Amino acid sequence: MRHGTRIAVGPVQFRVGSDWAKPIAALDRLYADYPQHEDRPADATVRLFAARPWRRWLRPSVHIGGDYVVPDALPLPLSMGLLAAEMGMNLQVALGWRRHLLLHASAVAKNGRAVIMSGASGSGKSTLAALLGEGGWRLMGDEFTLIAPASGEAFAFPRAVSLKNQAIAELAGRVDPARLGPLLAGTPKGDIRHLIPRADAIETMHEPVRPALLLFPRFGGEAAVVPMGEGEAFVRLTEASTNYIALGEAGFGALTRLVRTVPAFAIAYPDSASGIALVEDLWAEAAR
Amino acid sequence: MIDRRYRAAPKEALRVEPLGELTAIFDRRSVQTHLVVSPIPEILAAMGEKPCDAATLAARLAADFEVEAEGDVRAIVAERLRELADLGLVAPA
Repeated sequence: MRHGTRIAVGPVQFRVGSDWAKPIAALDRLYADYPQHEDRPADATVRLFAARPWRRWLRPSVHIGGDYVVPDALPLPLSMGLLAAEMGMNLQVALGWRRHLLLHASAVAKNGRAVIMSGASGSGKSTLAALLGEGGWRLMGDEFTLIAPASGEAFAFPRAVSLKNQAIAELAGRVDPARLGPLLAGTPKGDIRHLIPRADAIETMHEPVRPALLLFPRFGGEAAVVPMGEGEAFVRLTEASTNYIALGEAGFGALTRLVRTVPAFAIAYPDSASGIALVEDLWAEAAR
Repeated sequence: MIDRRYRAAPKEALRVEPLGELTAIFDRRSVQTHLVVSPIPEILAAMGEKPCDAATLAARLAADFEVEAEGDVRAIVAERLRELADLGLVAPA
């Protein structure tokens, strides 16, 4: 392809190719401080390509390709090339990764132990992780958490945080503007702006931690904490894993161990401050 | 009603992990995860290696759990065995 870059996020080495320079330049800026492993083969390939050669210039629209493709995915306008790249990277990991049990969950860590937060889009798991990652926590990732089947340890996937809608203003006021990507307005997911994780999150991205708390957040309603049994946590996490079935017994073993050894809670919260307070309270209990 | 006889899956075929009120069963042959509740794990545990019918199983469960083996229990066990056969966790003998 005409333009390309390599990016290492946690254990995943990406190769991204594009018909256009702009999405690659945007990626290179977001991932400038991530460690490079040029000699390592790529684990996943993402391609952003024009539907027809002339569409590179005329109403350019970006198709997402790679090792795995979603046949019905609609192309995005070139102004959203960075979003297309991010979606492509997520897709390759979600469908292709086999070395860890992949949970669709955010995570933060402290003193070698992790809080894993699993929830659907809109649950606020991403925003909570981003805010905690600006405080006394190491941000492990806002989208995926990887569990090693053999050891049960959690591995980080600290891609640039995808801030959406209200979360943009909430974080933009707190961080150095140099850590923010361009505003992508009116995407299919609303407004999006990327946040480069803090330097400590990137420097320590290869360090595994022990899962210590499982949370299932829900944004909205009164603050509430409901303990969750092992069985329900197991069911929810099989649904939140994109490769549970593909991993077979290794995935089964990793997940049964996780829900047995780590306390789980469903939490509801009306605003970010209450959500963070709940996480800190439950952490204080779990860390005892 | 004919009381069918069923055979349990070979021991090495299933990995059974109790998770509180649920029990997760991984079937290595189908690579499928089954989530079941009581009395399914108890029925599977009581089956042993030889084929057995609902009446025999109800008697074993009655001895273990202090319930009446006749009537309802036997009918429930027969129904659960049919369901287990549908899932592939037991096979008609």
